[in-house]
Amino acid sequence: MVDNVIPKSLDEALEHLAKGDYQIINGGTDLMVKNRAWSETRLDFKKNMLYVRSLEALDYIKRENNVLRIGATTSLESLLYHEHVPSVMKECLHLFASPAIRNMATLSGNIGNASPAGDGLLITYLLDGVIVLVNAEGVRKVRINDYVKGPGTTDRRSDEMIKEIQLHDDAFDYTVFNKVGGRASDSISKTSFAGAVRHEKGIIKDIRIAIGAVAATVIKDKSVEHMLRGQSIHQLKEKIPQILEAYEPHIQPIDDQRSNRSYRKKVAMNLLEAFLRQIASKE
Amino acid sequence: MKTIDFILNGKPIRSELSADRRFLDVLRKELGLTGAKEGCGEGECGACSVLLDGKIVQSCILPLASVDGKTVMTIEGYKKTKKFKAIETAFLKEGASQCGICTPGMVMATEYLLKNNPAPSYDEIRHGLSGNLCRCTGYNMIFNAIRRAAKEGEGLW
Repeated sequence: MVDNVIPKSLDEALEHLAKGDYQIINGGTDLMVKNRAWSETRLDFKKNMLYVRSLEALDYIKRENNVLRIGATTSLESLLYHEHVPSVMKECLHLFASPAIRNMATLSGNIGNASPAGDGLLITYLLDGVIVLVNAEGVRKVRINDYVKGPGTTDRRSDEMIKEIQLHDDAFDYTVFNKVGGRASDSISKTSFAGAVRHEKGIIKDIRIAIGAVAATVIKDKSVEHMLRGQSIHQLKEKIPQILEAYEPHIQPIDDQRSNRSYRKKVAMNLLEAFLRQIASKE
Repeated sequence: MKTIDFILNGKPIRSELSADRRFLDVLRKELGLTGAKEGCGEGECGACSVLLDGKIVQSCILPLASVDGKTVMTIEGYKKTKKFKAIETAFLKEGASQCGICTPGMVMATEYLLKNNPAPSYDEIRHGLSGNLCRCTGYNMIFNAIRRAAKEGEGLW
C-alpha cells in the first residue's frame, strides 16, 4: 500500500523527499490519467505519493525586468490571465487545454513530465527557461536544455522538487505559436512551433525558435540563433534555405497514434519556413 | 487517522478515505451525489466537471488530496441558485439538452465562463466550453442557450 502525503508547507514536503522515495504529484492532469484504473477502483500508483498542488507559498507570478518567475503550483489558468505573462505564452496557454485542465495543471508539472509534445515545455525552451530546484539543503538552477534529458527523464534528483521556473522574455516585435493537433484545444500536439524576434532598424537583435513533438525533446538550436543575431533582415531572407538546412537533421519525429513521421516533419519544416518568411517580409 | 476536510455544497465534510481516490468516485460512490457523470475518465469530456474554490475542474482526474481544505460545488449544490435557474431556462428554451449526460458539466462550465465573462462573444463561449463534449446536440443549441442565459440572466453574474 502506498503512502499518501499532503504536506502543509514546502519544508514539510522537502523533509519527506529527503527521507523517502516519493512520486511528486502536482495538478495530476497527466499522472491521474497515466495511472488510471477502472472506474471506482483505486488508482494504479506504484510509489508513495506527495501531493504538492495545494502549497500556496509556491503559487506566484513575479516579474523582474525581463525575467518572469513562476512558482511551481501556479495554475496555467492564472498564467493565462496575468498581466506579466508575455503574449506568445498566452497564445500557447489558450490552446494548451480546456479551462478545467488549465485550472489544475501547472507549468512545473508539464516540465516535470518532460513529454516531447508538452506545450508548456516548448514555451519554456523558447523563453530560455531556468528551472529552480530545491531540496532540504538549498536551491540549484538548471537551464531547461540541460534539465530535460529525454522523453520523461529529467535532471531532478529524488530529494528535489521544482520550486520555480524563470523565463527570459524580451520586447519581441513578432511572435508566433502554432499547435497542430486533432482538436483546437485539449489535444496533445502532433507538432508545435514557437518563434519570436526583436529587430531594430532592420537588424535582428534577438531571435528564438523552438519546435516541439518532432524529436526526443524540444528542438532549440542556440548556434543558429546566435549566428542570426546582428544580421540584417535582408541577410536572413537570403539565408532561409541554409537555416532550413540547419534545422532539418534535428527534426526526427516518430510514428505514433497521433500522427506519423513524414507528416510531422513536413509540417514542422513548413511552420519554420513560414516564420522566417514572415520576418523577411518586414524588410 | 489523517482526514481530508472540505466544504461540499456548503456543508463541511470530513473524509477518512485514501487521498489517492478519484474525487468523482468519492462524490458518486461515497457521498451519493451522482450529478457529475463519468464520460471518458481522462479529463477530455467534461461530464464530471465540478467547481473547486469556484474554478472548474474535472473530478475524474482530481485526487481527493487536492480538495483538502477547499470548497467544492457540484451540480446538486448549484441547482439551488438563481443563476442555475437562468441557465436551466435557457437550456430548455434552446433545446440544449438531449440525452442529458453532458448537461451537468455543461452547466458548470457555463457558470465558470459567465462568472469571469458575463457577456461572452460566440467565440468566447466556444473557448469556454472547449473542455465539454456533447454527442447529441451538435453544440449550436448549447452555445445559443449560453448566449440566452447571459442575456436573460443579466445582472446575476
